[in-house]
Amino acid sequence: MALTKAVMAERLFEELGLNKREAKEIVEMFFEEIRNALENGQQVKLSGFGNFDLRDKKQRPGRNPKTGEEIPITARRVVTFRPGQKLKARVEAYAGTHQQ
Amino acid sequence: MTKSELIEILSQKQSQLAYKDVELAVKTMLDHMGTTLANGERIEIRGFGSFSLHYRPPRIGRNPKTGDSVELAAKYVPHFKPGKELRERVNESMERVEIQPG
Repeated sequence: MALTKAVMAERLFEELGLNKREAKEIVEMFFEEIRNALENGQQVKLSGFGNFDLRDKKQRPGRNPKTGEEIPITARRVVTFRPGQKLKARVEAYAGTHQQ
Repeated sequence: MTKSELIEILSQKQSQLAYKDVELAVKTMLDHMGTTLANGERIEIRGFGSFSLHYRPPRIGRNPKTGDSVELAAKYVPHFKPGKELRERVNESMERVEIQPG
């Protein structure tokens, strides 16, 4: 099952002894402050985990995949995640079977 | 924004918690997220985004120094897909703020 905010808060309650309300709030604020930084043009660097970078994309030609109609993809700002060395190394070691 | 700046902001906003507690909470959350991915499981944070693993098939690479070819095993890499709220908030900020260098 996927990791969610509720599961993260539960861990903080169990391991750190924060009360349930505090644990829930800090998890919520953790993600909100990352969103805040990004919407203020700041990239976010979480050492050992990875960086959230911002990129401005120019308008480019696109197509409606259903109708084939040509429609421009408007200029936009996007978030990209670059995993750090430590996270990459941990994940690379995962030997699970991949599904096609 | 770095991890320590994030901890600083959170501890100012959660003034009933000691700085050390906030620091430990952030480290625990990031460790939990890393362990989840290392176990091949997904992370789903509504309004923020989801993290999953993408498979990279085995390939023949080259040693850039010697030019020798080397067999590289299949592996997984972390992948992040921003959620709707994050995508919209970041995109709407484009006209308001420049991306800060560094």
